[in-house]
Amino acid sequence: MARRLMAATRKGLFILERQGESWQIARSAFLGDPVSLAMSDPRDGRLYAALKLGHFGVKLHTSEDEGATWQEVACPAFPPAEGENGPSVLEIWALEPGRQPGELWAGTIGGGLFHSTDGAESWQLVDALWNHPLRSNWLGGGNEAPGIHSICVDPENPQHLTLAVSCGGVWQSQDGGASWRPTSEGIYAEFMPPERRDDPSIQDVHRLVQCPARPSALWAQHHNGVFHSTDAGESWQEVTAIKPSKFGFGVAVHPEDPERAWFVPAVKDECRIPVDGAVVVARTTNGGRSFEVQREGLPQRHAYDLVLRHGLAIDGTGQWLAIGSTCGHLWLSGDQGSRWQMAAGHLPPIYALSFAGA
Amino acid sequence: MRPWPRYDPTGDTTAARIVPPDGPIYDRGMVRVSFTPNLRRHLPCPSLDASGGTVGEVLAQVFVQQPRLKGYVLDDQARLRRHVTVYLNSRKADLAAPVASGDEVYVMQALSGG
Repeated sequence: MARRLMAATRKGLFILERQGESWQIARSAFLGDPVSLAMSDPRDGRLYAALKLGHFGVKLHTSEDEGATWQEVACPAFPPAEGENGPSVLEIWALEPGRQPGELWAGTIGGGLFHSTDGAESWQLVDALWNHPLRSNWLGGGNEAPGIHSICVDPENPQHLTLAVSCGGVWQSQDGGASWRPTSEGIYAEFMPPERRDDPSIQDVHRLVQCPARPSALWAQHHNGVFHSTDAGESWQEVTAIKPSKFGFGVAVHPEDPERAWFVPAVKDECRIPVDGAVVVARTTNGGRSFEVQREGLPQRHAYDLVLRHGLAIDGTGQWLAIGSTCGHLWLSGDQGSRWQMAAGHLPPIYALSFAGA
Repeated sequence: MRPWPRYDPTGDTTAARIVPPDGPIYDRGMVRVSFTPNLRRHLPCPSLDASGGTVGEVLAQVFVQQPRLKGYVLDDQARLRRHVTVYLNSRKADLAAPVASGDEVYVMQALSGG
């Protein structure tokens, strides 16, 4: 069961530790600097923190002593391009361990997928995706460039990668990144012109997760709804039972039960606040046929916390859940979301949560 | 060394230029390079001397000595980062600005963010 939680925020990284059922901030790092993402590598316990420095660009740091000290390592970067408008990495928006020793995958705002085989000593742009003719259809979704925010490495076949892009849909490779195709059939974009509504390469998937014990089960929170796939993303079905709204950013799936998933609904589009000023988590235990709205321990009046796409996390046992908001509130649940407790109430805006030590 | 007019006689205030009447002359003398104290929060960057014909060439030599610094000042395409500003002596400069021996280059952060 998780004993550590990393909260990446606009003003630093905060590492919480669990004592029994209680969570306390044990240490912090990079105070004052935006940390866009943090990841604990289950293979060797190394921690990674991605920084987005306002003046000095994107950086990547790693810790081998549970966050006590950090060292800067190589950051994904685009190779030199011709012309004046060559791309730059604007943010590390996804960071996942591969299966080989030292293997890492990084998704970026800027649209590049990067691969490291040496524990972030160096990175290579995945050319096959970058040069795919349909990539030119991608759009920035709330950012100035498209971004890869979700990377699922199939636990049963590490050559099988599934990505989600905002706005670019779901993409898959069966050969370790050598070739790619969009697989968004069934996902639609009601905000696009009618003739582009079903275009797989423009879909605004906000977050994509894969059930580790059943990799063919995928859940997606999309800009205009929740979608579910039971055939490894070859086809998608809209989940209309979600409540109190179908808009949101985060999604978590139970590590063993593919039909059990959580969402944090909000008022859609530009508004982006909790419905009726009440923070809630929506849980399904039956593959999306029905949802229960979990409220206990969460503020139910005049709460305007937005949970961003990486702000909902589940631990490796599926017992602990955490949500962190743009208002700096961090809540945890040790019973799959039935009851929540606030672990921190005055953090900077929370970008991403990640459990460690599952 | 022949005398140089200090700045572009056209009065360009957006970028420092050292332009002799008969065109730029590239002088590879030593230039003092200093960095904003805010960069020192992230990595060591003491003031140092470097040579080159332009601001970009001088910085490139600095980056040979301090490779990590490059990614803090330049983006993936070796452009000056959007929120980094370079002053050549007392004028804002771009990477192409010619430099002369005895000039000073200041790498600063733009005032932005919150």
